[in-house]
Order: sequence, then C-alpha cells, then structure tokens
Amino acid sequence: MADFLASVGDVFALVRQPLGVGLCIAGALLCLIGSVGVIRFPDFYTRLHAASITDTAGASVLLVGMAFVSPTGWVVLKLVFIWLFLFMTGPTSSHAVANAAYLAGLAPKTGRRGDLTDDEGGWS
Amino acid sequence: MSDPVAIEIAVFNVILLAMLFVVGAAVARLRSLFAIVMLTGAYSLLSAMWFVTLDAVDVAFTEAAVGAGVSTVLMLGAMLLTSRTAKADRRWARIGPLAVVLVTGSVLIYATTDMPAFGDPFSPANSYVGADYLVMTAADIDIPNIVTAVLSSYRGFDTLGETGVVFMAGIAVALLLGFGERSLSANRARGETAPVRTETKADKSDHHVVLRVVSRILIPVIGIYALYVHFHGELSAGGGFQAGVIISVAVVLYSLVFGIAAALDAVPVAFARGLAAFGVILYAGVGFYALTQGYNFLDYDAILSHGADAAGHHGDTNTHGQHIGIILIELGVLFAVAGSITTIYYAFAGRAPEIRDEDW
Amino acid sequence: MDFILERYNYWAIIGLMMIGLYITFQSGNLIKRLTGLSIFQTSVFLFYITLGKVTGGSAPILFGRDLKPHGGEAPTDVVAGAGAAHDAAGDVAGAVYGPVNGLYETYSNPLPHVLILTAIVVGVATLALGLSLIVRIREAYGTIEADEVAAIDLDTAIAEAADREQTEAAA
Repeated sequence: MADFLASVGDVFALVRQPLGVGLCIAGALLCLIGSVGVIRFPDFYTRLHAASITDTAGASVLLVGMAFVSPTGWVVLKLVFIWLFLFMTGPTSSHAVANAAYLAGLAPKTGRRGDLTDDEGGWS
Repeated sequence: MSDPVAIEIAVFNVILLAMLFVVGAAVARLRSLFAIVMLTGAYSLLSAMWFVTLDAVDVAFTEAAVGAGVSTVLMLGAMLLTSRTAKADRRWARIGPLAVVLVTGSVLIYATTDMPAFGDPFSPANSYVGADYLVMTAADIDIPNIVTAVLSSYRGFDTLGETGVVFMAGIAVALLLGFGERSLSANRARGETAPVRTETKADKSDHHVVLRVVSRILIPVIGIYALYVHFHGELSAGGGFQAGVIISVAVVLYSLVFGIAAALDAVPVAFARGLAAFGVILYAGVGFYALTQGYNFLDYDAILSHGADAAGHHGDTNTHGQHIGIILIELGVLFAVAGSITTIYYAFAGRAPEIRDEDW
Repeated sequence: MDFILERYNYWAIIGLMMIGLYITFQSGNLIKRLTGLSIFQTSVFLFYITLGKVTGGSAPILFGRDLKPHGGEAPTDVVAGAGAAHDAAGDVAGAVYGPVNGLYETYSNPLPHVLILTAIVVGVATLALGLSLIVRIREAYGTIEADEVAAIDLDTAIAEAADREQTEAAA
C-alpha cells in the first residue's frame, strides 16, 4: 500500500507541470473562444452568454492549472479564494447586466439566422 | 535582447501596447459617452497589467482599484447628471489639434534619442536615490516592501501632502455638489418616501434578489480584504491608499444595490467627512509628535526613542519606532482616502434621483 | 536595431500620450475632454514606470537572502554597500546587469513607483473635482459642449452691454 502511494506521488510529481500548463492553455483557449463569441453572436443576450460562461469556466480551468504548478499549499489556498470570488461575482454581474437590459425593454432576437439583416446583427 | 525572458517581456509589451492603442483610438473616435467612459476604464485596466510586467505591483494595484474602479464610477455618475452623447465634430476642426499633436509628438520622439535604454540599471533615474532606498531599507526600517517604506517613511512628507490633496478634493467636490442629502428630497419629489426599499411581499421576490444576496455576502469580504491589503502593505503590494479605495468601493456597492438612502443610513455623510479629516489629522499629528520629541517632522524614530545623546545624535538603531510610525500614518492615509472617496461618491450619487432600471 | 528595441517603449507611450492630447484638444464635449486628460495622465504614469524598470529585476519587495530575519541586525556588508551605491552610475565600464552593491537580488527602481502610486490617487481626486465642475456647468448652462457654453456666454455679455447702454441713455 505504501509502495502504491509512493508511486502515485511519483507519478503526480511527474505529470504535475505538464498537466498544469495544459490546463492553463485550455483555460486561455476557452477565454479566446468566448471573445470570438462576443464578436460573432448576433444580439446582446447571446453575446453576454458567450462572454460570461466562457469567462467563468475559462478562469476556473486556468486557476486549476495554476494550482497544479503552484509551489506551496498557501498559493493553492489563495487560488481557491480567488476562484470562490470569481465564481460568485462573474455570474452575478452577468445576471445583473442581462436583467437590466431585459427590464429596459431590450428584446432578444428570435428567428432563423438568415433572416437577420446586417444592421440587425449588432446591438447598439 | 537575446535573453529569452527579455524577449518574453518584449512580446507582452507589444501586445499590451497594441491593445492600449486600439482602446485609445476608439475613445478618440466614439461619440457615445457611455462607451467612452467604459473604454477609459478598460484603458486603466490594461495599463495596470502593463505595470505588472514592469515590476510595479503596487502601482498596478492602485491603478486597477482607482483608475479602473473608482474613476469609472465617478465618470458614470457625472455622465448620468449631464448627457449621454457628445456632439459630432466638424471634420475641418480636426486639422488644428492633429497638427499640434503631430508636432509635439515628433519633438518628444526626437528627445528620446538622448534617453537611456529601456531597462538600463545604470541610467540616472535608477542610480542614486532609488538604489539607496533599495539598499538602506533593510537596515533603516526593516520591512520587505520598499515602496511602502519609501512612501511612508523616507518620503512621508510627500505623502502627507498628497493625503491633504485628496482630502481637499473631497471637501471641494462636496462644496460644489452637496453632501448627498439631495437624493432624499429628490425621491420625495417623485412622491415617494425614502428609503425606497418597500417591504411588500411582491417586492421581496423582485428581480434584484440575486444581486442583494450576493452583495450581502460580498461586502463583508471586501471589507476584510481591504484590511488585509492594509496590514500586509509592509510585506506585499498594498497599503493605505489601496485599502481606503477598496473600503469606499464596498460603500459604493452597497449604495448601488440597496439604494443611496440605505447607504446614507449605514455610513452617514458626516461620518465619512469626519473620517477623512481625522485621517489627515492623525497623519500630521504623528509628524508633530516627532517635533515635540526634538526630532524632525515625521521622523518615526521619535516613537519609542531613548532620547538624544549629548551631541544631539539619535543613535538608536531600533526600528520598532519606524514600524509603529508607519502603521499610524498608513492608518491616517486609509481613513483620509476612504472618507474622501466616499464623500465624493455621495456628492455625485446624491445629486440625482436614484437610477432605476427603467431610466436606461 | 538595438537602438529601436531599447526605445520602442518610449515611442509607443508618446503615441498614447498624443492620443490623449488629441482628444483633449479636439473634443468639445467636456466629459470626453476629461477622459482624454485621464488617458494622457495614465500614459505619463506608464512613462515613469518604464524609466524605473531594470532588466532582470523583480518587484521592489525584498525576498530571499535580502530579507533578514525579523528583528535581527542587518548584515554588515549591506550597510557597507550603501555608500557604494552612489558610485553605481560611474560603474558603467563594468556594465554587468546585476544587483546593486550590497544586495543579493536585482530589483526595479522603487522611486517612480512611489511617485506614481500617490499620483494615481491624487489624479482621481482632481478628476472628481473636474467632473463636479462639469456637473455645475451643465446645471448653469444646460449643455456640456464647450462651444455652446461660449456662445451662451457671448450672448449674455452682449445682452448685458445692451442693458447698460439703455440705462446710461435713460440717465
């Protein structure tokens, strides 16, 4: 059993860095996809959706990756706190923005994609 | 420049500079004031990122909290009180400013040919006083964060002046715009009695419930974080300026979510005003205490000193006096900045009737 | 090539400053003018911080061997090195990128950081003052466009002059 645990520890020490770096890159890619969505999506709500979901998820993956490469447990603890903060504020702010837009009377665009004309595609 | 780290930093620089340029150009071209204000906040945030790559972590912290946070809030407040769009400019009217800007820019760029290279450790700016601070801090003051040491001890007089400027700006804004009591009368003019939070059952299940719950959790956390930033200012990035701004941000959040009337209940205007004044007095008081002990103004060795020897030298190598002095004056800065920024926010927020969702 | 690599930061920052200056000059809207001013200000901050950067340096927070145990006495070589730091500028002949005499690690220059840190806070205070003046201008004139304010001022002055002439003529 002790041997098994030791070997698990060895394997973890071996994969820690590449795994962490890989997760960081994955998180960055998620954020990038979110940004593309913000530019490409047709109306306010879909854009907000793209921005908020990918940002929260991307930041979470980034933080997990950083936790893997972090040198000490204290850094992991700090990252956990940052994650908690992001996980609470990100969705809340998106909710507040969407809520305000909805109450202000901004209607979501519905219908087939081809039906939207060019100047309908943007929100101003 | 062949060093991989230097190349990495150069790549960072180029990316961030390009983003700054894009944001700046967008601000110059846009007419919607709302977009302009938000982009100015983005500009501040980008420059905060750049400060981090240039090792200025304290500055980045301040810029992110003040430039991207508080300035944006204040500009939005002023925008709501004035207008939402700028007038279209005439095309020919751009020629004059453009010519002035081009001439000024080329003169400045010509002047950079005499400047020391980027990152040169032997440039005049990096040699004399700055290097001395780096070397002497460990022996003189014995705290790791040199920026805090210089800010509050070596250049404490400077910082006293700046705290005074922030305080005076707070008072001047309050004198120009009022202390914030107006919002109550504005609500009354709408036929409502303040505070606006009505307690009907329908209102409790309203659309702001998520915001309220999350803010209720977040505001104490923000307060604790401000205190952490304050008391760790000697060990890591942070200090009284940043902590004061964060505390006032908590007040801003509270008043945005629960209404200005509730915020005025929780943190009265008179309290914020008094806090600001008390901070400046505390800071200056430490200086005068040193004077009464026969030391120079703001020389913290006066605290916990064993007096001067016969020759008038204060040969005390103990740094505890410095530590206590720094804690006291950082508290003064914290109070002054938190009080002033809160007063300024109240002045803007209290000027107009409350912002409703329907107003947008 | 090295010349450019060593100075492109300055040029870029000057470009940003000029964007801010252009907005300040060109825009008639007072709030937009203030945003231009704040962009100019932020660019000046960038310029200062750029000057304080030292190649290979880290943030000016002592760490590692430079951080002596709390309450202990400073190692003697640190104190001895303090005087030598004055001569660092004259040391260009041996221009090796390394820590200042008396320190083990390389740090960026803390002095610009201190100046800019306080300048940022003072900047927001003055910005608030400017904004409150704009709010008062809006209340007095009903507009925040500089040319309209000037036109109203001119009209008022002409009307006042006409009034004065009338009263003088009556007298």
